[in-house]
Amino acid sequence: MTTKHLLIAALFAAPLTLAAQERYATRTGHISFHSDTPMEKIEAHNHKSISVLDVSTGAVEFAALMKGFEFEKALMQEHFNENYVESDKFPKAVFKGTLTGLNADDMKKAGNKEVTVQGEMTMHGVTKPVTIKGNFTMEPTGAIKATSTFTIKPEDYNITIPGMVRDNIAKEITVKVQMDYVKM
Amino acid sequence: MFRPTFVLIAALFCTPVILAQDDLLDLLGKEEDTKEFTSASFKTSRVINGHSLENTAHGVLDFKINHRFGFLNGGLYEWFGLDQAWVRLGFEYGVTDRLQIGIGRSSFQKYVDGFAKYKILRQCESGCDMPLTLSLVAATNMTTLRSSELPWYSEGREDYFTHRLAYSFQMLIGRKFSDALTLQLMPGVVHRNLVSTLEEENDVMNIGAAGRVKLTKRLALNAEYFYVLPGQTLAPEVSADRMDDPNPGYKNSLSIGFDIETGGHVFQLHFTNSTAMNERGYITETTGDWLKGDIHFGFNVSRVFTVYRPKAKVTG
Repeated sequence: MTTKHLLIAALFAAPLTLAAQERYATRTGHISFHSDTPMEKIEAHNHKSISVLDVSTGAVEFAALMKGFEFEKALMQEHFNENYVESDKFPKAVFKGTLTGLNADDMKKAGNKEVTVQGEMTMHGVTKPVTIKGNFTMEPTGAIKATSTFTIKPEDYNITIPGMVRDNIAKEITVKVQMDYVKM
Repeated sequence: MFRPTFVLIAALFCTPVILAQDDLLDLLGKEEDTKEFTSASFKTSRVINGHSLENTAHGVLDFKINHRFGFLNGGLYEWFGLDQAWVRLGFEYGVTDRLQIGIGRSSFQKYVDGFAKYKILRQCESGCDMPLTLSLVAATNMTTLRSSELPWYSEGREDYFTHRLAYSFQMLIGRKFSDALTLQLMPGVVHRNLVSTLEEENDVMNIGAAGRVKLTKRLALNAEYFYVLPGQTLAPEVSADRMDDPNPGYKNSLSIGFDIETGGHVFQLHFTNSTAMNERGYITETTGDWLKGDIHFGFNVSRVFTVYRPKAKVTG
Protein backbone atom coordinates (compact mmCIF):
# COMPACT_ATOMS: atom_id res chain seq x y z
CA MET A 1 0.00 0.00 0.00
CA THR A 2 1.20 3.40 -0.85
CA THR A 3 0.43 6.68 0.68
CA LYS A 4 -1.81 7.42 -2.31
CA HIS A 5 -4.03 4.44 -1.63
CA LEU A 6 -4.45 5.41 1.92
CA LEU A 7 -5.38 8.91 0.96
CA ILE A 8 -8.00 7.64 -1.46
CA ALA A 9 -9.41 5.37 1.20
CA ALA A 10 -9.57 8.24 3.61
CA LEU A 11 -11.30 10.42 1.03
CA PHE A 12 -14.00 7.82 0.55
CA ALA A 13 -14.47 7.37 4.21
CA ALA A 14 -14.64 11.04 5.06
CA PRO A 15 -17.81 12.10 3.17
CA LEU A 16 -19.68 9.04 4.38
CA THR A 17 -18.80 9.82 7.92
CA LEU A 18 -19.96 13.37 7.50
CA ALA A 19 -23.27 12.28 6.01
CA ALA A 20 -23.78 9.74 8.75
CA GLN A 21 -23.59 12.48 11.27
CA GLU A 22 -26.83 14.10 10.07
CA ARG A 23 -28.47 12.75 13.19
CA TYR A 24 -31.13 14.05 15.45
CA ALA A 25 -32.03 12.69 18.85
CA THR A 26 -34.12 13.17 21.96
CA ARG A 27 -34.19 11.73 25.45
CA THR A 28 -37.40 13.34 26.54
CA GLY A 29 -39.83 12.07 23.92
CA HIS A 30 -43.47 11.94 24.93
CA ILE A 31 -45.33 8.72 24.16
CA SER A 32 -48.83 8.25 25.50
CA PHE A 33 -51.53 5.71 25.01
CA HIS A 34 -55.25 6.02 25.35
CA SER A 35 -57.96 3.46 25.79
CA ASP A 36 -61.45 4.81 25.52
CA THR A 37 -64.52 2.71 26.30
CA PRO A 38 -67.93 3.67 27.67
CA MET A 39 -66.88 1.95 30.92
CA GLU A 40 -63.53 3.58 31.51
CA LYS A 41 -61.01 5.98 30.06
CA ILE A 42 -57.43 4.94 30.57
CA GLU A 43 -54.36 6.87 29.59
CA ALA A 44 -50.69 6.75 30.42
CA HIS A 45 -47.79 9.01 29.60
CA ASN A 46 -44.09 8.40 29.21
CA HIS A 47 -41.97 11.56 29.04
CA LYS A 48 -38.64 9.81 28.94
CA SER A 49 -38.76 7.97 25.63
CA ILE A 50 -35.61 8.08 23.58
CA SER A 51 -35.31 8.32 19.82
CA VAL A 52 -32.62 8.78 17.20
CA LEU A 53 -33.24 9.85 13.62
CA ASP A 54 -30.61 9.53 10.88
CA VAL A 55 -31.61 11.83 8.06
CA SER A 56 -29.04 10.54 5.58
CA THR A 57 -30.31 6.96 5.70
CA GLY A 58 -33.87 7.60 6.87
CA ALA A 59 -33.36 5.24 9.79
CA VAL A 60 -35.33 6.05 12.88
CA GLU A 61 -35.51 4.25 16.23
CA PHE A 62 -37.56 4.66 19.38
CA ALA A 63 -37.34 3.05 22.79
CA ALA A 64 -39.50 3.49 25.89
CA LEU A 65 -39.27 1.84 29.29
CA MET A 66 -42.60 0.24 30.16
CA LYS A 67 -42.18 1.27 33.80
CA GLY A 68 -41.88 4.86 32.60
CA PHE A 69 -45.59 5.00 31.73
CA GLU A 70 -47.46 6.94 34.37
CA PHE A 71 -51.14 6.33 34.96
CA GLU A 72 -53.74 8.36 36.74
CA LYS A 73 -54.35 5.53 39.20
CA ALA A 74 -51.51 3.83 41.05
CA LEU A 75 -53.24 0.48 40.93
CA MET A 76 -53.69 0.67 37.16
CA GLN A 77 -49.99 1.30 36.80
CA GLU A 78 -49.20 -1.70 38.98
CA HIS A 79 -51.54 -3.92 37.01
CA PHE A 80 -50.18 -2.63 33.70
CA ASN A 81 -46.64 -3.58 34.72
CA GLU A 82 -47.45 -6.75 36.59
CA ASN A 83 -50.25 -8.39 34.62
CA TYR A 84 -50.38 -6.92 31.14
CA VAL A 85 -46.97 -5.98 29.75
CA GLU A 86 -44.91 -7.84 32.39
CA SER A 87 -42.29 -5.12 32.65
CA ASP A 88 -39.87 -7.19 34.69
CA LYS A 89 -39.56 -9.70 31.87
CA PHE A 90 -39.96 -7.26 28.98
CA PRO A 91 -38.77 -3.88 30.23
CA LYS A 92 -38.76 -2.00 26.92
CA ALA A 93 -40.81 -1.28 23.84
CA VAL A 94 -38.60 -0.66 20.82
CA PHE A 95 -39.40 0.51 17.30
CA LYS A 96 -36.86 0.41 14.47
CA GLY A 97 -37.82 1.63 11.06
CA THR A 98 -37.13 3.60 7.93
CA LEU A 99 -38.65 6.87 7.06
CA THR A 100 -39.91 7.76 3.59
CA GLY A 101 -41.21 11.08 2.31
CA LEU A 102 -38.42 13.17 3.73
CA ASN A 103 -34.92 13.86 2.44
CA ALA A 104 -31.92 15.72 3.70
CA ASP A 105 -32.89 18.83 1.72
CA ASP A 106 -36.32 18.99 3.33
CA MET A 107 -34.65 19.09 6.68
CA LYS A 108 -32.75 22.20 5.83
CA LYS A 109 -35.76 24.44 5.28
CA ALA A 110 -38.49 25.22 7.74
CA GLY A 111 -41.87 23.67 7.03
CA ASN A 112 -44.22 20.76 7.44
CA LYS A 113 -43.88 17.35 5.89
CA GLU A 114 -46.01 14.20 5.97
CA VAL A 115 -43.94 11.06 6.31
CA THR A 116 -44.43 7.32 6.42
CA VAL A 117 -42.37 5.14 8.69
CA GLN A 118 -42.09 1.46 8.03
CA GLY A 119 -40.49 -0.85 10.50
CA GLU A 120 -40.79 -3.31 13.32
CA MET A 121 -42.17 -2.81 16.79
CA THR A 122 -41.06 -5.06 19.64
CA MET A 123 -43.12 -5.15 22.80
CA HIS A 124 -43.91 -7.85 25.38
CA GLY A 125 -41.47 -10.14 23.56
CA VAL A 126 -43.34 -9.95 20.25
CA THR A 127 -42.02 -8.27 17.10
CA LYS A 128 -44.53 -7.07 14.51
CA PRO A 129 -44.13 -5.13 11.28
CA VAL A 130 -45.89 -1.78 11.42
CA THR A 131 -46.42 1.18 9.13
CA ILE A 132 -47.06 4.51 10.75
CA LYS A 133 -47.93 7.91 9.34
CA GLY A 134 -46.40 10.94 10.94
CA ASN A 135 -45.80 14.62 10.61
CA PHE A 136 -42.46 16.41 10.74
CA THR A 137 -42.17 20.11 11.42
CA MET A 138 -38.81 21.68 10.74
CA GLU A 139 -38.39 24.72 12.97
CA PRO A 140 -36.38 27.70 11.75
CA THR A 141 -34.02 27.05 14.68
CA GLY A 142 -33.02 23.70 13.18
CA ALA A 143 -34.94 21.61 15.70
CA ILE A 144 -37.42 19.06 14.44
CA LYS A 145 -40.83 18.26 15.92
CA ALA A 146 -42.29 14.92 14.99
CA THR A 147 -45.80 13.75 15.86
CA SER A 148 -47.71 10.62 15.05
CA THR A 149 -50.91 8.89 16.09
CA PHE A 150 -51.59 5.24 15.42
CA THR A 151 -53.38 2.30 16.95
CA ILE A 152 -52.18 -1.05 18.18
CA LYS A 153 -54.05 -4.14 19.34
CA PRO A 154 -52.92 -5.63 22.65
CA GLU A 155 -53.66 -9.14 21.35
CA ASP A 156 -51.11 -8.66 18.55
CA TYR A 157 -48.45 -8.46 21.23
CA ASN A 158 -49.68 -11.40 23.24
CA ILE A 159 -51.17 -9.16 25.91
CA THR A 160 -54.24 -10.96 27.14
CA ILE A 161 -57.15 -9.13 28.69
CA PRO A 162 -59.26 -11.20 31.08
CA GLY A 163 -62.99 -11.48 30.41
CA MET A 164 -63.90 -9.55 33.53
CA VAL A 165 -62.35 -6.30 32.32
CA ARG A 166 -62.82 -6.79 28.58
CA ASP A 167 -65.39 -4.00 28.45
CA ASN A 168 -63.07 -1.63 30.29
CA ILE A 169 -60.16 -1.86 27.89
CA ALA A 170 -60.43 -0.83 24.24
CA LYS A 171 -59.76 -3.41 21.52
CA GLU A 172 -57.54 -0.87 19.80
CA ILE A 173 -55.27 1.35 21.84
CA THR A 174 -54.42 4.77 20.44
CA VAL A 175 -50.76 5.65 20.72
CA LYS A 176 -49.57 9.23 20.42
CA VAL A 177 -45.95 10.08 19.84
CA GLN A 178 -44.42 13.51 20.16
CA MET A 179 -40.68 13.98 19.70
CA ASP A 180 -38.68 17.19 19.85
CA TYR A 181 -35.46 16.30 18.10
CA VAL A 182 -32.29 18.27 18.35
CA LYS A 183 -29.19 17.77 16.26
CA MET A 184 -26.70 15.38 17.81
CA MET B 1 6.12 9.48 6.80
CA PHE B 2 3.89 11.05 9.37
CA ARG B 3 0.95 12.02 7.21
CA PRO B 4 -0.09 8.66 5.73
CA THR B 5 -0.04 7.03 9.13
CA PHE B 6 -2.22 9.81 10.45
CA VAL B 7 -4.66 9.36 7.60
CA LEU B 8 -4.74 5.63 8.11
CA ILE B 9 -5.64 6.06 11.74
CA ALA B 10 -8.31 8.56 10.80
CA ALA B 11 -9.75 6.11 8.26
CA LEU B 12 -9.81 3.35 10.87
CA PHE B 13 -11.77 5.56 13.20
CA CYS B 14 -14.27 6.44 10.51
CA THR B 15 -15.26 2.93 9.50
CA PRO B 16 -16.80 1.76 12.76
CA VAL B 17 -19.03 4.80 12.83
CA ILE B 18 -20.57 3.83 9.52
CA LEU B 19 -21.10 0.25 10.65
CA ALA B 20 -22.62 1.32 13.93
CA GLN B 21 -25.66 2.73 12.13
CA ASP B 22 -27.42 -0.54 12.80
CA ASP B 23 -28.17 0.44 16.33
CA LEU B 24 -28.81 4.13 16.44
CA LEU B 25 -30.11 4.10 19.98
CA ASP B 26 -26.71 3.03 21.24
CA LEU B 27 -25.46 6.43 20.21
CA LEU B 28 -27.38 7.94 23.08
CA GLY B 29 -25.34 5.87 25.46
CA LYS B 30 -26.66 4.02 28.44
CA GLU B 31 -29.90 5.23 29.90
CA GLU B 32 -29.62 6.54 33.41
CA ASP B 33 -30.89 4.04 35.91
CA THR B 34 -34.02 5.56 37.35
CA LYS B 35 -34.73 4.68 40.96
CA GLU B 36 -37.41 2.05 41.00
CA PHE B 37 -38.86 0.46 44.14
CA THR B 38 -40.17 -3.08 44.10
CA SER B 39 -43.93 -3.15 43.71
CA ALA B 40 -46.65 -5.72 44.22
CA SER B 41 -44.91 -7.83 46.88
CA PHE B 42 -48.44 -8.70 47.95
CA LYS B 43 -51.72 -7.94 46.21
CA THR B 44 -52.98 -5.78 49.05
CA SER B 45 -51.96 -4.27 52.39
CA ARG B 46 -52.90 -7.44 54.33
CA VAL B 47 -51.58 -10.96 54.03
CA ILE B 48 -54.74 -12.35 55.66
CA ASN B 49 -55.17 -10.95 59.17
CA GLY B 50 -51.72 -9.46 59.45
CA HIS B 51 -50.19 -6.53 57.64
CA SER B 52 -48.18 -7.14 54.49
CA LEU B 53 -45.17 -5.29 53.11
CA GLU B 54 -47.47 -3.37 50.80
CA ASN B 55 -49.01 0.00 51.55
CA THR B 56 -51.90 1.61 49.76
CA ALA B 57 -50.33 4.07 47.34
CA HIS B 58 -50.30 7.81 48.01
CA GLY B 59 -53.77 9.25 47.60
CA VAL B 60 -55.52 5.89 47.43
CA LEU B 61 -58.39 4.96 49.74
CA ASP B 62 -58.89 1.25 50.34
CA PHE B 63 -62.28 0.10 51.61
CA LYS B 64 -62.02 -3.27 53.36
CA ILE B 65 -64.93 -5.59 53.97
CA ASN B 66 -63.83 -8.58 56.04
CA HIS B 67 -65.95 -11.57 57.07
CA ARG B 68 -65.23 -14.54 59.29
CA PHE B 69 -67.87 -17.24 59.39
CA GLY B 70 -68.34 -19.77 62.20
CA PHE B 71 -66.24 -22.89 62.75
CA LEU B 72 -66.34 -25.52 60.00
CA ASN B 73 -66.84 -28.23 62.64
CA GLY B 74 -70.31 -26.83 63.35
CA GLY B 75 -71.28 -29.35 60.70
CA LEU B 76 -74.42 -29.40 58.61
CA TYR B 77 -76.58 -28.01 61.45
CA GLU B 78 -74.54 -24.77 61.45
CA TRP B 79 -74.13 -25.02 57.66
CA PHE B 80 -70.40 -25.45 58.28
CA GLY B 81 -70.20 -22.11 60.04
CA LEU B 82 -72.05 -20.00 57.49
CA ASP B 83 -74.92 -19.41 59.96
CA GLN B 84 -72.62 -17.16 61.95
CA ALA B 85 -70.55 -14.24 60.76
CA TRP B 86 -68.31 -11.54 62.16
CA VAL B 87 -67.69 -8.47 60.10
CA ARG B 88 -65.01 -5.83 60.05
CA LEU B 89 -65.43 -2.73 57.93
CA GLY B 90 -62.37 -0.57 57.47
CA PHE B 91 -60.91 2.35 55.59
CA GLU B 92 -57.23 2.65 54.83
CA TYR B 93 -55.52 5.59 53.19
CA GLY B 94 -52.08 6.26 51.78
CA VAL B 95 -50.97 9.60 53.21
CA THR B 96 -47.70 9.27 51.31
CA ASP B 97 -46.13 6.32 49.52
CA ARG B 98 -44.48 5.43 52.84
CA LEU B 99 -47.20 6.23 55.38
CA GLN B 100 -50.57 4.55 55.57
CA ILE B 101 -53.28 5.01 58.18
CA GLY B 102 -56.47 3.08 58.77
CA ILE B 103 -59.51 2.62 60.97
CA GLY B 104 -61.95 -0.22 61.36
CA ARG B 105 -64.91 -1.49 63.30
CA SER B 106 -65.61 -5.15 64.02
CA SER B 107 -68.77 -6.83 65.20
CA PHE B 108 -66.64 -9.24 67.27
CA GLN B 109 -66.36 -7.71 70.78
CA LYS B 110 -67.53 -4.46 69.10
CA TYR B 111 -63.89 -3.58 68.53
CA VAL B 112 -62.87 -0.25 67.08
CA ASP B 113 -59.31 -0.18 65.79
CA GLY B 114 -56.85 2.19 64.21
CA PHE B 115 -53.31 1.89 62.90
CA ALA B 116 -50.44 3.62 61.20
CA LYS B 117 -47.88 1.84 59.07
CA TYR B 118 -44.65 3.38 57.90
CA LYS B 119 -42.14 2.02 55.43
CA ILE B 120 -38.65 2.79 56.70
CA LEU B 121 -36.75 0.83 54.07
CA ARG B 122 -38.03 0.00 50.62
CA GLN B 123 -36.73 -2.88 48.54
CA CYS B 124 -35.20 -1.56 45.39
CA GLU B 125 -35.68 -2.85 41.87
CA SER B 126 -33.15 -0.68 40.09
CA GLY B 127 -31.07 2.43 40.66
CA CYS B 128 -30.39 1.65 44.32
CA ASP B 129 -29.48 -1.48 46.24
CA MET B 130 -31.77 -2.00 49.21
CA PRO B 131 -32.45 -5.75 49.40
CA LEU B 132 -35.50 -5.69 51.68
CA THR B 133 -38.49 -3.74 52.89
CA LEU B 134 -38.88 -2.80 56.56
CA SER B 135 -42.11 -1.34 57.92
CA LEU B 136 -43.31 -0.43 61.36
CA VAL B 137 -46.95 -0.90 62.30
CA ALA B 138 -48.48 0.68 65.38
CA ALA B 139 -52.05 -0.32 66.07
CA THR B 140 -54.58 0.14 68.82
CA ASN B 141 -57.99 -1.28 69.49
CA MET B 142 -60.76 -0.76 71.95
CA THR B 143 -63.87 -2.68 72.77
CA THR B 144 -67.05 -0.62 72.76
CA LEU B 145 -69.19 -3.20 74.56
CA ARG B 146 -71.62 -1.92 77.19
CA SER B 147 -70.22 -2.15 80.71
CA SER B 148 -72.70 -4.88 81.57
CA GLU B 149 -71.43 -7.04 78.73
CA LEU B 150 -67.72 -6.69 79.46
CA PRO B 151 -66.25 -10.01 80.65
CA TRP B 152 -64.30 -8.38 83.49
CA TYR B 153 -67.04 -6.10 84.70
CA SER B 154 -69.24 -6.73 87.72
CA GLU B 155 -71.63 -4.65 89.85
CA GLY B 156 -69.87 -2.00 91.87
CA ARG B 157 -66.69 -2.17 89.87
CA GLU B 158 -65.36 0.88 88.05
CA ASP B 159 -65.39 0.54 84.25
CA TYR B 160 -62.17 2.35 83.37
CA PHE B 161 -61.88 3.51 79.80
CA THR B 162 -58.21 2.53 79.70
CA HIS B 163 -59.11 -1.08 80.51
CA ARG B 164 -60.75 -1.36 77.13
CA LEU B 165 -57.56 -0.57 75.21
CA ALA B 166 -54.80 -2.70 73.76
CA TYR B 167 -51.87 -1.84 71.53
CA SER B 168 -49.70 -3.67 69.06
CA PHE B 169 -46.32 -2.82 67.62
CA GLN B 170 -44.91 -4.86 64.78
CA MET B 171 -41.90 -4.70 62.58
CA LEU B 172 -42.33 -6.19 59.12
CA ILE B 173 -39.14 -7.30 57.42
CA GLY B 174 -39.46 -8.97 54.07
CA ARG B 175 -38.37 -9.38 50.54
CA LYS B 176 -39.96 -10.11 47.20
CA PHE B 177 -37.52 -12.77 46.06
CA SER B 178 -39.05 -13.13 42.64
CA ASP B 179 -42.30 -12.45 40.87
CA ALA B 180 -43.57 -15.68 42.36
CA LEU B 181 -42.28 -15.59 45.93
CA THR B 182 -42.46 -13.05 48.76
CA LEU B 183 -41.55 -13.81 52.39
CA GLN B 184 -41.75 -11.68 55.51
CA LEU B 185 -41.04 -11.92 59.24
CA MET B 186 -42.99 -9.94 61.81
CA PRO B 187 -41.60 -9.67 65.33
CA GLY B 188 -43.92 -7.71 67.57
CA VAL B 189 -45.42 -7.04 70.95
CA VAL B 190 -49.06 -6.73 71.95
CA HIS B 191 -49.78 -4.68 75.06
CA ARG B 192 -53.08 -5.22 76.82
CA ASN B 193 -53.99 -2.64 79.45
CA LEU B 194 -56.03 -5.18 81.36
CA VAL B 195 -55.59 -8.93 81.52
CA SER B 196 -57.85 -11.42 83.27
CA THR B 197 -55.43 -13.12 85.70
CA LEU B 198 -52.18 -12.36 87.51
CA GLU B 199 -50.35 -15.11 85.62
CA GLU B 200 -50.88 -13.37 82.32
CA GLU B 201 -48.47 -10.87 80.85
CA ASN B 202 -49.65 -7.45 79.78
CA ASP B 203 -46.95 -7.39 77.11
CA VAL B 204 -47.09 -10.41 74.87
CA MET B 205 -44.06 -10.99 72.69
CA ASN B 206 -44.79 -12.67 69.41
CA ILE B 207 -43.26 -13.32 66.02
CA GLY B 208 -45.11 -13.92 62.80
CA ALA B 209 -44.05 -15.27 59.45
CA ALA B 210 -45.94 -14.88 56.20
CA GLY B 211 -45.47 -15.56 52.56
CA ARG B 212 -47.13 -15.63 49.23
CA VAL B 213 -46.68 -17.72 46.14
CA LYS B 214 -48.07 -16.21 42.98
CA LEU B 215 -49.76 -18.96 41.02
CA THR B 216 -50.97 -17.01 38.01
CA LYS B 217 -51.06 -13.33 37.11
CA ARG B 218 -54.22 -12.81 39.14
CA LEU B 219 -54.14 -15.58 41.72
CA ALA B 220 -51.81 -15.98 44.70
CA LEU B 221 -51.56 -18.38 47.63
CA ASN B 222 -50.95 -16.71 51.00
CA ALA B 223 -50.14 -18.11 54.42
CA GLU B 224 -49.31 -16.59 57.77
CA TYR B 225 -48.50 -17.89 61.25
CA PHE B 226 -48.10 -16.00 64.51
CA TYR B 227 -46.09 -17.65 67.28
CA VAL B 228 -46.65 -16.39 70.82
CA LEU B 229 -43.65 -16.96 73.09
CA PRO B 230 -44.60 -19.49 75.82
CA GLY B 231 -46.05 -18.65 79.22
CA GLN B 232 -47.57 -15.28 78.42
CA THR B 233 -51.28 -15.84 77.98
CA LEU B 234 -53.90 -17.91 79.77
CA ALA B 235 -57.52 -18.17 78.72
CA PRO B 236 -60.13 -17.38 81.44
CA GLU B 237 -61.59 -20.87 81.32
CA VAL B 238 -59.23 -23.64 80.33
CA SER B 239 -60.31 -27.24 80.05
CA ALA B 240 -57.97 -29.77 81.65
CA ASP B 241 -56.75 -31.19 78.34
CA ARG B 242 -55.52 -27.79 77.28
CA MET B 243 -53.53 -26.96 80.41
CA ASP B 244 -50.29 -28.27 78.89
CA ASP B 245 -50.38 -25.73 76.05
CA PRO B 246 -47.52 -23.23 76.14
CA ASN B 247 -50.19 -20.54 76.50
CA PRO B 248 -53.06 -22.51 78.03
CA GLY B 249 -56.34 -22.15 76.24
CA TYR B 250 -55.00 -20.02 73.46
CA LYS B 251 -53.65 -21.14 70.12
CA ASN B 252 -51.23 -19.60 67.67
CA SER B 253 -52.95 -18.07 64.69
CA LEU B 254 -52.57 -19.90 61.39
CA SER B 255 -54.24 -18.75 58.19
CA ILE B 256 -54.06 -19.97 54.63
CA GLY B 257 -55.84 -18.44 51.68
CA PHE B 258 -55.99 -17.22 48.13
CA ASP B 259 -55.81 -13.70 46.75
CA ILE B 260 -57.87 -13.18 43.63
CA GLU B 261 -57.42 -9.90 41.87
CA THR B 262 -59.92 -8.39 39.44
CA GLY B 263 -59.22 -4.85 38.28
CA GLY B 264 -60.04 -2.57 41.21
CA HIS B 265 -60.90 -5.35 43.69
CA VAL B 266 -58.86 -7.91 45.56
CA PHE B 267 -60.78 -10.88 46.99
CA GLN B 268 -59.02 -12.82 49.72
CA LEU B 269 -60.62 -16.15 50.53
CA HIS B 270 -59.10 -18.06 53.42
CA PHE B 271 -59.24 -20.48 56.29
CA THR B 272 -58.13 -19.34 59.73
CA ASN B 273 -58.47 -20.37 63.36
CA SER B 274 -58.74 -16.72 64.50
CA THR B 275 -62.04 -14.96 64.92
CA ALA B 276 -60.90 -11.41 65.62
CA MET B 277 -59.55 -9.16 62.91
CA ASN B 278 -57.18 -7.03 64.96
CA GLU B 279 -53.76 -7.80 66.48
CA ARG B 280 -54.92 -8.18 70.05
CA GLY B 281 -57.52 -10.65 68.96
CA TYR B 282 -55.75 -12.83 66.45
CA ILE B 283 -52.30 -12.86 68.06
CA THR B 284 -53.14 -13.19 71.76
CA GLU B 285 -56.71 -14.46 71.91
CA THR B 286 -57.14 -17.09 69.23
CA THR B 287 -59.01 -20.09 70.63
CA GLY B 288 -59.60 -22.16 67.51
CA ASP B 289 -57.67 -25.40 67.13
CA TRP B 290 -56.97 -26.45 63.54
CA LEU B 291 -56.67 -30.12 64.50
CA LYS B 292 -60.13 -30.10 66.07
CA GLY B 293 -61.71 -28.42 63.06
CA ASP B 294 -62.07 -25.00 64.73
CA ILE B 295 -61.52 -23.34 61.39
CA HIS B 296 -63.27 -20.27 60.09
CA PHE B 297 -63.90 -19.76 56.42
CA GLY B 298 -63.53 -16.06 55.75
CA PHE B 299 -62.95 -13.42 53.15
CA ASN B 300 -61.55 -9.93 52.83
CA VAL B 301 -62.67 -7.70 50.00
CA SER B 302 -60.52 -4.73 49.15
CA ARG B 303 -61.82 -1.99 46.86
CA VAL B 304 -59.59 0.95 46.07
CA PHE B 305 -60.55 4.49 45.13
CA THR B 306 -58.12 7.11 43.93
CA VAL B 307 -59.17 10.17 45.94
CA TYR B 308 -56.10 12.30 45.41
CA ARG B 309 -53.64 12.33 42.55
CA PRO B 310 -50.13 13.15 43.62
CA LYS B 311 -48.33 15.32 41.10
CA ALA B 312 -46.20 13.33 38.69
CA LYS B 313 -42.67 13.12 40.00
CA VAL B 314 -41.14 13.03 36.55
CA THR B 315 -41.61 15.79 34.05
CA GLY B 316 -40.39 16.16 30.48
